Amino acid sequence: MVSILDIIGPIMVGPSSSHTAGACRIGLLTRMLVGGTPERARIELHGSFARTGEGHGTDKAIAGGLLGMRPDDERLRDALDIMEREGLDYAFEKTSLDDDAHPNTTRITALHAGFEVVVVGSSLGAGRIRLTEVDGFPVDIAGSLPTLVLVAEDRPGSVARIAGVLAEERINLATMRVTRKERGGDAFMVIELDDAPSADATSRIGALEWVRWVRALEKVGA
Amino acid sequence: MFRSLADAIHAAGSRRMSLADVALEAEAKDQGRDRADILAALERALRVMRGAVSRGLEGDLHSASGLVGGDAAKLRTSRDGPLANTAFHEILARALAVQEVNAAMGVIVAAPTAGGAGVLPAVLTGLADARGLDDARVVNALATAGLIGAVIAERASLSGAEGGCQAETGAAAAMAAGSGVELLGGTPVQVGHGVALTLQGMLGLVCDPLGGLVELPCVFRNATGSAIALAGIEMALAGITFAIPVDEVIDTMGEIGRAMDVRYRETAGGGLAATPTGRRLARERLVQIRRSTH
Repeated sequence: MVSILDIIGPIMVGPSSSHTAGACRIGLLTRMLVGGTPERARIELHGSFARTGEGHGTDKAIAGGLLGMRPDDERLRDALDIMEREGLDYAFEKTSLDDDAHPNTTRITALHAGFEVVVVGSSLGAGRIRLTEVDGFPVDIAGSLPTLVLVAEDRPGSVARIAGVLAEERINLATMRVTRKERGGDAFMVIELDDAPSADATSRIGALEWVRWVRALEKVGA
Repeated sequence: MFRSLADAIHAAGSRRMSLADVALEAEAKDQGRDRADILAALERALRVMRGAVSRGLEGDLHSASGLVGGDAAKLRTSRDGPLANTAFHEILARALAVQEVNAAMGVIVAAPTAGGAGVLPAVLTGLADARGLDDARVVNALATAGLIGAVIAERASLSGAEGGCQAETGAAAAMAAGSGVELLGGTPVQVGHGVALTLQGMLGLVCDPLGGLVELPCVFRNATGSAIALAGIEMALAGITFAIPVDEVIDTMGEIGRAMDVRYRETAGGGLAATPTGRRLARERLVQIRRSTH
């Protein structure tokens, strides 16, 4: 359903909702997935991101997102300078991903405090985005709701246990999706919530011995 | 939200409400949000729009490529044209201003998109300032504009990559015209005709930006789109009607967009982007951007 606030918005730094605002949101979600400002990142740009990204500030927008800036943050324009000043190493390169990849797609390999994630995200137009892959797991993360993501050993009862923690913390679950690369391999869970999870809820889930890592992603878009 | 502008106009007419109120009511119901909350978000959008108008009129902005910038101030101070000292003249300058801010990575409201972001603020703030209307009225007009844009999104498209420039500055002009008619006291039926009279003038417009960048001709398309919106407002408020119903005009825009060759849908493969000069400028300027940022 179209909202009039999607039409009169988003408020954003120009020039392109897909190449700038959307790109920034992909950077932001990557930052949240890696758990902080990455010290190092390799940013591969595909399709139209590669072709017209520089003129649209796609590189600045992704760097800005990795630095924690939102799409309406005027510092996005200077994100590459800020990155250099802070001694961070973000390298951009053009690439060709699969033929069926959306034309505005980036693959970001980000490193923070010894933790690395590889994220594939696409900017779908009008600032909407979708992460389609995290560490090789096929996912569908839009960033339009507060989202918990976690990787856990694939064992019976894990979903119920996590849902139980959320219920005890009185957090309403909007959607939940579990994917894995192979039978018996680790499971990747994406849980969209109506409200942001408390730090308690997130750390209780993280403390479960069969959970490898968990991250709370803030809502980054409409 | 409504999928048909005719339905929204009928609802407003039969309940003696403005289209803005009909839109706010539907939005509150759809999204489960308070009316006050929605109005606050639209007020924030208006503040950003006014900020972008002021910033752009200062005239010192240039895009990364250097292809656009400085023309809003040039137009605003000129008294040489036939529209000098009119609201029309001021609105053209404001449309350039917002779009120059956008091209220079300044803050704008994508309404409906970044590429068409100059039209709505230019037309609404320009009309309101010329007539001394307060911001509460303009905020209501933004709700009406949002309703019109939502119907276009449902029935056609708001993306240049899908439907050409008619879907971006064309949709923006249609939104500005309809909401402008209501802002100046027109009836919901007149709003519908204002949208139809404006959109018919934008049909078929291709998206052909040099180098694929939201710069040239986008900046100028926002000014010419505003001019067509003003023509639509002028005709609708005079009581002129358009024989093809507004929803059918919107459907036509969608149909033309789907039939449009991919060269004319934001790929820089055709139109002005593919002219010898367009190709040369894009090549030179992209080299310049690379030098300046790396």
